[in-house]
Amino acid sequence: MVALKDKSRDYSINFIAVILTFIVLMAVIKAGLINNYVEGVVVFAMINIIVAISLNIATGYLGQLALGHAGFMAVGAYTAGLFIKAVEYPKYVEMIIALLLGGLIAGVSGLIIGIPALRLRGDYLGIVTLGFGEMIRYTIINLGDITGGASGLKRIPKLIGLPEVYIVLVLVITFVFLFIRSRHGRAIISIRENEIAAESIGIPTTFYKVYGFFISAFLAGVGGACFAMYQRYLTPEKFKFMFSVELFIIVVFGGMGSITGTIIAGGLLAYITEKLYAYDELRLIIYSILLILLMIFKSDGLLGRSEFSLVRTPARIKHLFSTLKAKFGKGVA
Amino acid sequence: MDQFLNQIVNSLNVGSIYALIALGYTMVYGIVKLINFAHGEILMIGAFVGYFLATAFNMSLIPLLILSMLACAIIGVTIDRVAYKPLRNAPRISALITALGMSMFLSNFFKWQFGASDKIMPDVNLIGDIPMPNITLITVIITVVCMIGLEFIVSHTKVGKAMRSVSEDRDAARLMGVNVDKTISLTFAIGSALGAVGGVLYALNYGNLEPYMGMMPGLKAFVAAVLGGIGIIPGAMVGGFAIGIIETFVKGYISSSWANVFVFGILIIVLLVKPTGLFGKNVKEKV
Repeated sequence: MVALKDKSRDYSINFIAVILTFIVLMAVIKAGLINNYVEGVVVFAMINIIVAISLNIATGYLGQLALGHAGFMAVGAYTAGLFIKAVEYPKYVEMIIALLLGGLIAGVSGLIIGIPALRLRGDYLGIVTLGFGEMIRYTIINLGDITGGASGLKRIPKLIGLPEVYIVLVLVITFVFLFIRSRHGRAIISIRENEIAAESIGIPTTFYKVYGFFISAFLAGVGGACFAMYQRYLTPEKFKFMFSVELFIIVVFGGMGSITGTIIAGGLLAYITEKLYAYDELRLIIYSILLILLMIFKSDGLLGRSEFSLVRTPARIKHLFSTLKAKFGKGVA
Repeated sequence: MDQFLNQIVNSLNVGSIYALIALGYTMVYGIVKLINFAHGEILMIGAFVGYFLATAFNMSLIPLLILSMLACAIIGVTIDRVAYKPLRNAPRISALITALGMSMFLSNFFKWQFGASDKIMPDVNLIGDIPMPNITLITVIITVVCMIGLEFIVSHTKVGKAMRSVSEDRDAARLMGVNVDKTISLTFAIGSALGAVGGVLYALNYGNLEPYMGMMPGLKAFVAAVLGGIGIIPGAMVGGFAIGIIETFVKGYISSSWANVFVFGILIIVLLVKPTGLFGKNVKEKV
């Protein structure tokens, strides 16, 4: 009973924090403290975080290298873009259908490549997803009549702003948190820990790999749909391999298997990108060196597999102080 | 009929370049079980070294190839020592991410140093003052020579035997007195040297080079390696030519803009139908 009470207390604290952040955000926008440009940066950072979290399911929890999330995002974005250009519904109905549809089509394309690649052990998924991302881009370029080809899909109605993207982000985070802690989530984590052991205790590993990968692709598609509705035009150029890698870097920096780590790293990298805007090559050189150094010296990134928690952080700080005090006390004695 | 013959010649040309690159992938995978994402960038570096030698020293093809192979062999071994060796016993995904980081580092470093724009590869003589005959013919001959050389090293020399033993069972090889680290370095050196040949020939065939040029041929060569059975040297050769043929014929008879999509489609089909590749054997999994 105590545990349940604790849990509901934890949830309400987090819920209040989410609402407070939302109010602050709205107030800041209403007061005109941030201009359109900054708002754009924040929204794109949030979208990147959505897609990076989806990538974290495949990489951090399932333990598979996936290098084509820009491709899934592109599928979601183009699906949503074409859908809203084609229909006339009330704004929010259209938005919600576009988000779900973008996610669904991206999820299905995830199934198409996940089923052959995930049946196998080993590193095939990395290269198949890489190839798939490029394949999607070429297909988009080649289907010029529908997608606008290399010059892009233009004049998509703007259906989404910062508040809506924030809500989508919160929903995605909540969903992933609950999903990872569910029975299915635990099965997925067991595959990362030891695939043979997982199989031998009766977990259908192929099913869960494909399932996890579907969820991952679905959420990437949702992120893509957000992108389409905010950006209002889409070009295949945006969804190049390098973008997949940048999403991947967010996940690795934040810690594979930590959602809060991804959020922090996503925000941090968006800030750095903004600061180093004029030196794009240098930025990528720095990222790649960091990536190598991280893997060699601290392969679990910023937070590793642990999560930042509003509820437990005060206790942790207290604990840290008390251990420091104990050490200090010993030193004096 | 003429067009058909043309396509055959073209596909041999493209296919031999893919085969050269695929060999590097397959050798490294066979020995350390790592997809070396940076292999495409080795190709790019080989092409750049060739470009500088050709423009600065007006060098002819054969010495240029040898120097470019040497340079790439050294770079390949350095990459292994610096980035992959510390992770030999780490989880596979860490090593893969490092390889990805290496690939990104190399291409962006070259972009930063030499700019993103295309460079025009000058025409080179074959050797000394002898002008280059047909480039396609030379490409195929050089590839065949490289393959025969590789086959000789792998199956008829002591280092080749060491390479085969390390790829079969690293610990057992070490117990038998094989110097494992040296053998792995040698594998990287040979694989990278072949990549350099591929890069120079690629640049000569297409006439230009740029820092991101390694990615697409690298990817296709990987598909070729998987098609032939990854880790198997003859498989990479056959796979390379097969991908070359398929790509050229799709370009020639169906549509040139769909060719890339087709090649990746093949990868997915291979993984569905025969994941071990054309030459692969099923390996039973042991706990």
